Amino acid sequence: MKAMNYRGPFRVRVEEKPMPKILHPEDAIVQVTRACICGSDLHLYHGMVPDTRIGSTFGHEFIGVVREVGTGVTKVKVGDKVLVPFNIACGRCNFCKQGLFANCHESNAMATAVGGIFGYSHIAGGFDGGQAEFVRVPYADVGPTIIPSDMDDEDALLLTDVLPTGYQAAEMGGIKVGDTVVVFGAGPVGIMAARCAWLFGATRVIVIDHLEYRLEFVRQYAACEAYNFRSMDDPVLFIKRITDWLGADVCIDAVGSDACGNAMQTITGKKLLLQAGAATALHWAINAVKKGGIVSVVGVYGPTDNLVPIGNVVNKGITIRANQTSVKRLLPKLMDHVRKGVLSPKDIITHRFALEDIAEAYQMFSAKLDECIKPVLIPSTNN
Amino acid sequence: MEKENLKEQFTHIPGWGVDADWENDPVYPMRDIAADDKSADWKRPAQQTTSKEVQRSNERPEHPAVFGDTLPPTGLSGHLRRYAFHYSESKYRHWLPLLLADRINEVEGVIADVKSGFFPNIWKERGYQAYWKYDRRKLINKVATVAAVSIGVWMLIRRK
Ligand SMILES: NC(=O)c1ccc[n+]([C@@H]2O[C@H](COP(=O)([O-])OP(=O)(O)OC[C@H]3O[C@@H](n4cnc5c(N)ncnc54)[C@H](O)[C@@H]3O)[C@@H](O)[C@H]2O)c1
Ligand SMILES: [Zn+2]
Ligand SMILES: [Zn+2]
Repeated sequence: MKAMNYRGPFRVRVEEKPMPKILHPEDAIVQVTRACICGSDLHLYHGMVPDTRIGSTFGHEFIGVVREVGTGVTKVKVGDKVLVPFNIACGRCNFCKQGLFANCHESNAMATAVGGIFGYSHIAGGFDGGQAEFVRVPYADVGPTIIPSDMDDEDALLLTDVLPTGYQAAEMGGIKVGDTVVVFGAGPVGIMAARCAWLFGATRVIVIDHLEYRLEFVRQYAACEAYNFRSMDDPVLFIKRITDWLGADVCIDAVGSDACGNAMQTITGKKLLLQAGAATALHWAINAVKKGGIVSVVGVYGPTDNLVPIGNVVNKGITIRANQTSVKRLLPKLMDHVRKGVLSPKDIITHRFALEDIAEAYQMFSAKLDECIKPVLIPSTNN
Repeated sequence: MEKENLKEQFTHIPGWGVDADWENDPVYPMRDIAADDKSADWKRPAQQTTSKEVQRSNERPEHPAVFGDTLPPTGLSGHLRRYAFHYSESKYRHWLPLLLADRINEVEGVIADVKSGFFPNIWKERGYQAYWKYDRRKLINKVATVAAVSIGVWMLIRRK
């Protein structure tokens, strides 16, 4: 089968790989019909995540058709069209039972801090991902969810990560009716977070980024205010000024370790790797939130350390909530929102590529060329 | 705040306030405390077996029921990865060797390619066609900078 093959930072290609096999009675093999590239993949692509082995296949956002199931699989069957949450979760451990599917303890041998994730380096378990024609899907009765016949495939595709992550970002913000919410990052995740903040009763939603085309998009898509941090001397001061000098009730970091905007963070975090990526957005979020406010972090950081003003977290009495998204927990509610037309995630897709053109797709999304917001890959077997 | 007034005010936003809980903060408790029995002896799924070498974090006593067994460590990078896994996720001695291994692994990848008679097409693998098409000037700048730095370094070395 054809699969994406990582050759080192900024170098990827498509190659033949052996077909994935059932390795556990609860495994299934899924034939991929659509897969996305995610901002999280960019951290791998940029070589910032330790233990990203040469030859890995990335891809944690995909939908497809079940082609084979193990002897222990009872809920999905061959031929089912499924969306596959990015978390690999057993559904039985103490964490899964609490709805923390992203923190499953039975799916990742290589690190205890996070559960297994498809195609996300050996830190996240050493599983191959869905930027391929076929993929091994463990715990097939837990994650994979049948796509209802009235749902658009591309809406289903964005339910594997992006929409739930934007939603969980807003949810973890503990938004109360009347709150002002600032979202850092107008990528797919930030756009969804801004859109979802309204569902919790926010009365003002502000997005910060530096890419004009994304700011313009989010203004339309999420009906919010959007500002370019390149046009401000000091983004924190700017936010204070437009929030009665008190700060936002809730700040959301939807940027993560690939942030720009602060030379010191960029040099120490992205060039010298002295910290686990640049924590610029998180720094701004902590300093721009109101005293007693909440900072919600969905931006991804590496496993070592980052420079953030922890003293201000103490002095301002801030609550920080953060996690990888527990997609399965949110699916029933979000599928309902999508089917009722409250949310339309597929509208953020801007580019579609054949799987073979993966190198161009990565470069385009990484360098933000041609006003790219969300790229989708289509294996040639599934036009 | 008047609920109905606000709803009126935000009719242009589909779904405004549908998931709001007017009384509650946080909106969702991230732990279902009732489900947490504080024990580590849940009913485990069947254990996956393998004949491959699979690293395990030393912060857990055994492999999880399911794990990824792709790309067992090989070569020099493999030695470094094995070394790294002697240390916990809390140690630089875990992460720094892994990062170094990744860089070495890239070189190993190129050597393996060439040995098998395949010369990686760096232009293609880096997706430069996309750059060429959409931001030619930036690409030329990039390539020129790399070339200038390389020539500079080469001249410095030669002068010694
Ligand atoms: N927690 C989860 O489960 C989860 C899931 C998916 C993605 N993520 C993470 O969310 C983050 C965003 O993902 P994405 O797909 O939207 O990526 P993306 O790269 O498309 O978007 C990031 C955006 O942040 C902007 N940005 C950079 N520096 C900034 C700064 N200092 N302030 C404000 N904006 C800044 C960029 O211009 C870009 O538009 C990534 O870190 C990704 O790993 C987390
Ligand atoms: Zn993702
Ligand atoms: Zn679990």
